[in-house]
Amino acid sequence: MPKAGSPRDNYLGVRGWVWAGRYKIERYLYILHRITGLGLVLYLGLHLCVMTVFRMQGEDFYSAVMRLFHNPVFKVGEYLVFAALIFHGLNGLRLIFQELGFLLGKPKPPIYPYRDSLRRRRPLVLAMIGLVVVGAAFVLFDFARGGP
Amino acid sequence: MGEAKKIKFRIQRYNPENGVAPYMDEFVIPVTRGMTVLDGLFYIKENLDNSLAFRSSCRMAICGSCAVVINSFPHLACHTQIAELRVSTLELKPVPNYAIIKDLVVDLSPLFQKHRAIKPYLIRSEREEMDAPSAEFLQTPQELEAYLQFSYCVKCGLCLAACPTAASDRLFLGPQAIAQCYRYSSDSRDDGAEERFPAVDGDHGLWRCHLAGACSEACPKGVDPAFAIQLLKRLRVSRALGLGRGRRPTPVAPPPTAMQPKLPVPEFTVKPETALRREPEG
Repeated sequence: MPKAGSPRDNYLGVRGWVWAGRYKIERYLYILHRITGLGLVLYLGLHLCVMTVFRMQGEDFYSAVMRLFHNPVFKVGEYLVFAALIFHGLNGLRLIFQELGFLLGKPKPPIYPYRDSLRRRRPLVLAMIGLVVVGAAFVLFDFARGGP
Repeated sequence: MGEAKKIKFRIQRYNPENGVAPYMDEFVIPVTRGMTVLDGLFYIKENLDNSLAFRSSCRMAICGSCAVVINSFPHLACHTQIAELRVSTLELKPVPNYAIIKDLVVDLSPLFQKHRAIKPYLIRSEREEMDAPSAEFLQTPQELEAYLQFSYCVKCGLCLAACPTAASDRLFLGPQAIAQCYRYSSDSRDDGAEERFPAVDGDHGLWRCHLAGACSEACPKGVDPAFAIQLLKRLRVSRALGLGRGRRPTPVAPPPTAMQPKLPVPEFTVKPETALRREPEG
């Protein structure tokens, strides 16, 4: 067995899932789903830890930090968290259905040129992306009005 | 007559035995209409550099030997015409996630080991019938269509080269083996799904697939392994819920003597000799 990471090993590693190259949209959604998932878990962990620590410092300290969080940089970050949540939720719903074999059609004898089940159901993916864009635009509008 | 169109092949060369790092070697070859990438490789080997190593056999996308990465996408070299790529330079590399033996030849043994692990054959409880079959097992055309698409796998290994999960998890069974697990488990003649599940239902089995769809895009035979994996997940969940456990495999075809005789031809049917007799003219 060749040594891991050697030229003979020829193993892509993390680069293999981060770089999608000439593959189609579902391959890119796969990357985005993982990145948003990791981002949301990181945010949730940080949020719980930081807020607990700030609350333990007393009310004055907590209020001062909250004023700092109204900074535009944090607002953009907060918007990105919302947008990631919308994407991850909707794409997750699509994945739950499709990973259980629904919304993919029935097996068909392969006749050239081949069209795989995901390509046959591309409108579903596009509709999901459309919903994500509408949701993200709505949240952006809400943020611009000085929402959450 | 004009000069033949030329194309540049940039091929990754690497021989682990001589210790030189991988490098790209360039060859310019004439292209004719209908010429495949494999034809180009043969031209190079026969006319320009006979030390070039690549694997091939049938030249018609049946054996699955000539898997290579062409311009960053995994293809079968014999199934890809140079003209269809619409480029002036082709970059060829060995398929990733397999150890390189030399140049474009990779070691496919992990693929075959994983394939063997899912018991790719019909499993039934009647041992005598399996060892010494008396007749074929019955199967309707609808039952055949449930798995036919997945039985066209040629074990070229392109799906494992395309799969992002296989790229980051060496122990992942991969699209080929899991799809073949569904192919046999969904066969109406088979009764071995429960026997195969331990091999695919682990930490590196079917639940590691997150539906990137790259395997189905790369598959040169339209097998659609991503679809088979999702159907296997459904089968696994339904069996865990206790659904479909009572299903029995289709029986052995009865001997011809035990079959019902055909219905006799009714008396009022026009007999062939009557139909052919012509009425006298006038």
